[in-house]
Amino acid sequence: MDGSACDILILGAGPAGISAALTAHARGRTVLVLGADPMASPLARAERIGNYPGLAGMSGRDLLSAMLGDLERAGIKRVTGRVTGVVSFGGRFMVSAEQDVYQAGALILAMGAQQRAKPIPGETELLGRGVSWCATCDGMLYRGKRVAVLSLGGEGERDAAFLRSIGCDVLCFDPTQAKNAQIEGTDRVTAVTVGGKKHAVAGVFVLRDTVAASALLPGLAMRDGHVAVDGDMAASIPGVFAAGDCVGRPYQIARAVGQGNTAALAADGYLKERDK
Amino acid sequence: MSVIELTEENFDETVENGTSLVDFWAAWCGPCKMQSPIVDAFAEKHPEVKVCKVNVDEQPALAMRFEIMSIPTLMVFRGGQSVNKTVGLSDMAEIEEMCR
Repeated sequence: MDGSACDILILGAGPAGISAALTAHARGRTVLVLGADPMASPLARAERIGNYPGLAGMSGRDLLSAMLGDLERAGIKRVTGRVTGVVSFGGRFMVSAEQDVYQAGALILAMGAQQRAKPIPGETELLGRGVSWCATCDGMLYRGKRVAVLSLGGEGERDAAFLRSIGCDVLCFDPTQAKNAQIEGTDRVTAVTVGGKKHAVAGVFVLRDTVAASALLPGLAMRDGHVAVDGDMAASIPGVFAAGDCVGRPYQIARAVGQGNTAALAADGYLKERDK
Repeated sequence: MSVIELTEENFDETVENGTSLVDFWAAWCGPCKMQSPIVDAFAEKHPEVKVCKVNVDEQPALAMRFEIMSIPTLMVFRGGQSVNKTVGLSDMAEIEEMCR
């Protein structure tokens, strides 16, 4: 097993995840923050944060920079990458991001509000039968074949370049085109239709910056498209906590920061109880 | 029981009798690295099942024959017949259910 192990693994590097990381670190826990580049998030584009006490209308980008600076000063490790899988094994969680694997005793989900993203028509039905969420995992199985990349986040071009480098014939569609795409096939993918034009392909890579929590953790209880949590931010799976926009509205920074703090304290408590 | 590496040469004779669990994997795949220790632990726990692995990078013909389009993929064979297939990570309970 490669990769690194920590006490608490935090999925998401926005305000909730950063707050959770700082609190867990202050409690003496080893922490790793894993997620998409926060500077590509909608918050980074906010011109002015008007309702966070003490910040006097700071921009979203400056606020995120300040928060990320806190992580850095605390010496908390952060890895930018797309989480591709989570599994529980031997009382621990294993998490894969791209080709690396990480392990932790507890998980805090703080991956933002993208939980409600609607699947592309055909995506759910043909997942594993030509539809893939992970270019590094499955790209090699499509060498020499024509595939489509439906890029719904900011990383599609990078994945398309990877697929080309290993010998796939790649059609890449940007978010504007991809969101109205349709994946076709009965037993397996045969084509993708984008903008009224049908392209014959053997595979379709549907790439979002964040895979929905419910897809990463089968059996995770959801409520109205968000991760269901109790007052301590504990999700339905023991050892899994959640905070911020992924647990529901209102999507506010102050709320995310508070919930991240609570989730970290609860995760610390969970680990203490487990190790008794 | 130890895990059996399958190739085109030994595949059919290995899965011909009894129940076999086959893990299709590759070194480049992050989730496969998590599936592997779980499959190993399953093999320890269930000596009655033949637990096998296929490296799809080295065995493209097997990957093609079983239409492996995404990894990890787990398949269960009984008496040489495929009876179950799941794509994506499976935990111990799910593997046990598949092999039941």
